[in-house]
Amino acid sequence: MTHVRETKAKIAELKREAPASFLRRYVFSLDHKVIGKQYLGLALVAVTVGMILSWLMRLHLGYPKLAIPGLSTLYPSGAAGGVMTPELYLSLMTMHGTIMVFFVLTTAPFAGFGNYFLPIQVGAEDMAFPRFNMMSFWVTFVAFLVLLAAFFVPEGAPLSGWTAYAPLSAVGKDAGPGQGLGQTLWGLSIAIFCIGQLLGSLNFIATTLDLRTKGMTLGRMPYSTWAWFITSVIGLIAFAVLLPACILLVLDRVAGTSFFIPAGLVISDRLQPHAGGSPLLWQHLFWFFGHPEVYIAILPGFGIVSHILAAHIRKPLLGPRVLIGCMAAIGFLSYVVWGHHMFLSGMNPFSAMLFSVPTLIITIPATIATLLWIGSLYGAKLRFTAASLFCLGFISVFVSGGISGFFLAQPSIDIYLHGTYFVVGHFHFVMGVAAMFGIFAATYFWFPKMFGRFMNETLGKWHFALTLIGVYGIFMPMHYLGLAGNVRRYSAFTDDYMQSAQPLHQFITIAALFTGAVQLLFFINLIWSRFRGPAAPDNPWEATTLEWTTTTPPPPNNFGDTHPIVYRGPDEYGVKGPNGDYLMQTDPAGA
Amino acid sequence: MIPVRVEASRASRTGVWVGIAAITMTFTAFTSAFVVRQGSGTDWIHFRIPALLYVNTLILLASSGALELARPRMTRAAALGDAPAQGASTWVAVTLGLGLLFVCGQVLAWRNLVAQGLVLATGPSNAFFYVFTVVHALHVLGGIAGLIYLLRRLGQVPASLAEPVYGATALYWHFMAVLWLYLLLLLTVRL
Repeated sequence: MTHVRETKAKIAELKREAPASFLRRYVFSLDHKVIGKQYLGLALVAVTVGMILSWLMRLHLGYPKLAIPGLSTLYPSGAAGGVMTPELYLSLMTMHGTIMVFFVLTTAPFAGFGNYFLPIQVGAEDMAFPRFNMMSFWVTFVAFLVLLAAFFVPEGAPLSGWTAYAPLSAVGKDAGPGQGLGQTLWGLSIAIFCIGQLLGSLNFIATTLDLRTKGMTLGRMPYSTWAWFITSVIGLIAFAVLLPACILLVLDRVAGTSFFIPAGLVISDRLQPHAGGSPLLWQHLFWFFGHPEVYIAILPGFGIVSHILAAHIRKPLLGPRVLIGCMAAIGFLSYVVWGHHMFLSGMNPFSAMLFSVPTLIITIPATIATLLWIGSLYGAKLRFTAASLFCLGFISVFVSGGISGFFLAQPSIDIYLHGTYFVVGHFHFVMGVAAMFGIFAATYFWFPKMFGRFMNETLGKWHFALTLIGVYGIFMPMHYLGLAGNVRRYSAFTDDYMQSAQPLHQFITIAALFTGAVQLLFFINLIWSRFRGPAAPDNPWEATTLEWTTTTPPPPNNFGDTHPIVYRGPDEYGVKGPNGDYLMQTDPAGA
Repeated sequence: MIPVRVEASRASRTGVWVGIAAITMTFTAFTSAFVVRQGSGTDWIHFRIPALLYVNTLILLASSGALELARPRMTRAAALGDAPAQGASTWVAVTLGLGLLFVCGQVLAWRNLVAQGLVLATGPSNAFFYVFTVVHALHVLGGIAGLIYLLRRLGQVPASLAEPVYGATALYWHFMAVLWLYLLLLLTVRL
């Protein structure tokens, strides 16, 4: 009997059919499409947790004396009577940042959509190493569980921020509640996460380079494929550096080493039993990863927006090769700017200049890309869908956040603004919200292909409009707060010179609650459309790339019995084709 | 259309090269931490690395040589079509044995240091020694897993189908030897 079952499984594998067993089909699946959905599901859970944490923080910032119902039950030591302690605030901040950066902004646009669509867009049957691909997801899932476990250990979650600056992150429980086992779990979680992402990057690179179908030259790859490919190269280098940094951090914590802990360090009135370490070493290693991580979050958005905009303006984007060159240039430059996160670390002013100049230079390709998108809109017959609106929103928030980056790139200005809400507003716009808008655009655009049904457009447009208003309501005032000298990482401003800013904090809190509530529209739309949305044809957006040449949803081997042959690039819009004003990449006419 | 075999072969080679790039970055990060840490404190303890490491080095190099001896046998058998790779399995098994011997040797070297009272927390120099050698040994264990898989494939499929696995495993295994030579040089010069 076992032999018969094994033989059937083998035949199914050879024919690239979906395996019959539930576990192999939906849980430990080797199919990149299932793995992509698993990543997106993980990101959905993570973003919900991260958003709730931000709500709790904002409630406390806006109304510091407010007793939040239920909080004292969840955190008896951190919120006696429901009012948050500063330590609890810091641990919520740490977990919010870590969850959002690693488990949402990295997993959804890169690992989620990339897993699902990169192999199809290059015409492959699957990723180059399906088993590594499955491992990549499950390793990431374990990393998420290890991180969440920090909430439930006796001293609670860590409070050293998502950057886990040493020496506080390295010395143990003397540094505060949560800096015991919670911080160790943080280090382990991120180390495990790095392994998962390295496996993922390896797959993306090998698949792009070696499994492209006939005719799919590098020059004919869609923008999104290019973006995922460049992101995977960045991720490969960045996570390969964060992994050893986390290993050294965990060793400092559990094995008594002194990689990051200096001599003579007194914390909580106790001389730490370490000597000679360098806290700055952690910062260098972390930010060598941390700045490229910004682009790991945002570059897939560049690709997604370019891909979707081209299908919606019904003409080729301006300068397609320049646009891809810009993404590659941003990827390269992302490795020489990490020091701009450390202008306040006491670095030599000449070193600061060395990091400032490439930081300013990196704005050039980013600006060119933005101008190419905006220029492409000129004279276009834009189709207003939820997907295209989120693309426009992406450009808007990326520009808004990017402009404040010009100021922060200059050491003399950054020294004043670095510790303030100006930076919070900046990076949430340029990295968080922009990447989220890319994720939303991708969801509305690719949902019909993934699930065979359309999402509700009206709800989607309301979701876009209200979210856009909400995020500007949250993050734009933060720039003013920062310019006024409002420091970040503090849990409340009731007893100091920032009292006058309290009404603005309350406004931001209301905007945050509003924006979070608006996301319910998205969740409802997602669930309703999954089961009740109108059926979608194979190519509902009249787009040109390979994912639209196959059935909806795609078969297990992506293209059924035929294998696609590519005759042209992805930009053939505004031309006369057999089905309308476009030519698909597989269309031989006029080749 | 490109034959599936060629695609698989190319992809596995690319995969190993990409893995090599990632591992190189990891050890570059460790090395930069090593150099910075040596310069940042006054607690650096200079010690002589165990002589056993030189014997282990010879074992690892010999294992690389043994794996190369399997190559002409693989190529010959693959050229003949569906013939099994006569003799290749023996050399792969020898490589596997030498690889395991290398790891055992490394364990003995760690025990040697522990017996001298040099544990992780004693000082930064021996902490780095353990970090470098343990992380390298973990990667070697990954290579050993690859060799076991290769041995299995050689027993199950013709040489032409096992050749891509051989190519990828050999590339990775030789990189382990090169990486070890670099680490040995670094540890010898700076410890």
